[in-house]
Amino acid sequence: MILSLNPNSGVPVYLQLMEQIKHAIGTGILRPGDQLPGLRKLAESLVINPNTVARAYRELEHEGVIELRQGSGAFVRQRAAGSTTTQLMKKGERMVKDLVRTLLEAGLSEEEIRRLVEATLLELCGASKSGERRRQTHAGRTGG
Amino acid sequence: MQGELAVEIRGLRKSFGQYHALCGLDLSVPKGSICGFLGRNGAGKTTTFKVLLGAIRADAGQARVFGLSCSERWESLEIRRRTGFVSEQKCLYPYMTVEEVLRFTRPFFPHWDLELEKSYLERFEIDSKLKIPKLSKGYLTKLNLVLALCRRADLLLLDEPTEGLDPAVVEDVLQALVNVNAEFGTTIFFSSHQLHEIEQIADRVVIIDGGRTLLEDSLDDLRAAYRRLNFVFDENPRQAESRLRCYGPLLCEGRSVSLLVKADWEAAAAEARALGARLLDAQPVSLKEIFLRSLKGK
Repeated sequence: MILSLNPNSGVPVYLQLMEQIKHAIGTGILRPGDQLPGLRKLAESLVINPNTVARAYRELEHEGVIELRQGSGAFVRQRAAGSTTTQLMKKGERMVKDLVRTLLEAGLSEEEIRRLVEATLLELCGASKSGERRRQTHAGRTGG
Repeated sequence: MQGELAVEIRGLRKSFGQYHALCGLDLSVPKGSICGFLGRNGAGKTTTFKVLLGAIRADAGQARVFGLSCSERWESLEIRRRTGFVSEQKCLYPYMTVEEVLRFTRPFFPHWDLELEKSYLERFEIDSKLKIPKLSKGYLTKLNLVLALCRRADLLLLDEPTEGLDPAVVEDVLQALVNVNAEFGTTIFFSSHQLHEIEQIADRVVIIDGGRTLLEDSLDDLRAAYRRLNFVFDENPRQAESRLRCYGPLLCEGRSVSLLVKADWEAAAAEARALGARLLDAQPVSLKEIFLRSLKGK
């Protein structure tokens, strides 16, 4: 798993880390049962604060994506939120592809489409990118 | 959320003649954190470090390290035993070699870790036969860091440790800091003008100016709290402008408005929408913008 973070982007680093680990699971780079890098090792290799890695792992465990086993490290959950997410992501990918193609053919530019998507996300999600909201939606999904 | 404090400063004052270096400074650094210390030149950072190390006495207020008072002689001694310091100047005796400096320093610290010393000398590729004046600025910093780290300090106070170093050495230094923090839980309190370094490894920041604290928070909370909102209006937004100004610094160009908002940015977005604006995006804000805003907003 190759992670690349941008500490200067203004997005909390632990959120970036969570996103990238989920992405790695979603795309199959990480499989259920795979072990994640140790907390210290990851902090040192990325040169980021160890507490940040700890927080990302804690939140991922909270969301049911990974499992923290006392003393032996972090592992991707067998029935990780990943498996349902993967299918949803695949479906979503097809839908987005169709939509973007239609808009491009209609003459909108790449940048205009990006802005539209972002503005829509802002509108629908109340612009909230906080972990709180995410956790709620996730809990809802795994629970149902 | 906060546990024990490594550093606790309350109402600290210090004047040098007419010059007021610290004017009621308040700050705290939780144990085990990496805390960035920000401020313009002359803001009082070095004075703060000196008070913490017992090198100068404050005129008023309290400074504690691990609960020990910086102004009590014996407690201050214990603080220095548990604290590693790298000063801006980084001066060492010029007639000594690296090996001699190490041999000279070791006996002062009962918990000196020889193995750690060996591993850092290797990792930093320091030639211990060299005389101090032969060391480049980068190597001098690395050696100072070795001296601070090998006493197995519980707290590192670093005054602009990466100033004037090339990017490769900076990365080495930051990595060493992350390493001791992860490995031994060492608390690190470091000043730097390089905001991206602080963003990279710190979990907390303290911003001071004119000897007072402007802002003190976890970096993640700051990142979550601030947003730059970009709007576009259908007509000249003059009226809306005055309504939105109370939310934070505002930039207006033609029909577009950019607003830097803290905390209640969702309310600001809602108000702008009510005034007829279309929200283009809510961008995350870098530490640099937060820093500059704090200085202006005081």
